[in-house]
Amino acid sequence: MKNKLKVLRAERNLTQEELADIIGVSRQTINAIEKEKFDPSLPTAFRMSKLFNLPIEEIFTFDEPQN
Amino acid sequence: MKELKKKRLKQLALWTMAWLLTVMLTKYGATHMWEGNTLISLFAILLNLGAGLGMILINRKLVNESDELEKKIQLEAMGITLGLTLIVGLTISLLDYTHLIDFHTEISTLITFMGLTYLASMIFNNMKYR
Repeated sequence: MKNKLKVLRAERNLTQEELADIIGVSRQTINAIEKEKFDPSLPTAFRMSKLFNLPIEEIFTFDEPQN
Repeated sequence: MKELKKKRLKQLALWTMAWLLTVMLTKYGATHMWEGNTLISLFAILLNLGAGLGMILINRKLVNESDELEKKIQLEAMGITLGLTLIVGLTISLLDYTHLIDFHTEISTLITFMGLTYLASMIFNNMKYR
């Protein structure tokens, strides 16, 4: 799943550590999401959506795996 | 969250230490301190069991309070450890049964294998998601 998390975080001058504290996850999780190595859970995605005041689909884009 | 995690890790370390100490106490005590006294041995074993259960409960709390990625890392490490222990344990058992090897493995070998597998899986998974 692709996402704009790094850009949105940078726009708000937040460090990974600060964003992690606000969302309630570890810094490692934020980093893994930004690097698209890990997809967040629905509650985490909703918390991000609320924080950035954007719909979930504007932060995350689902890429259908190609067969 | 970080403070809670630190607290839980500290608690887990203490319970693990207590469990290891009671293992040592039971083994050493039964042969060097209260030789042949079944009642004291039974008490030491119960103490060890209690410490073990405490360790499990704290570990459960730690996992439940972890975030989604930490849980995934833990789950993968535990799955690999369980799978490899089962497969390798059975392979060794079959090798022994068919007399292809002439040594008997102790329970401590299995515990060491599990510990090392879990540790290696945790390191590998943490590096994967770094």
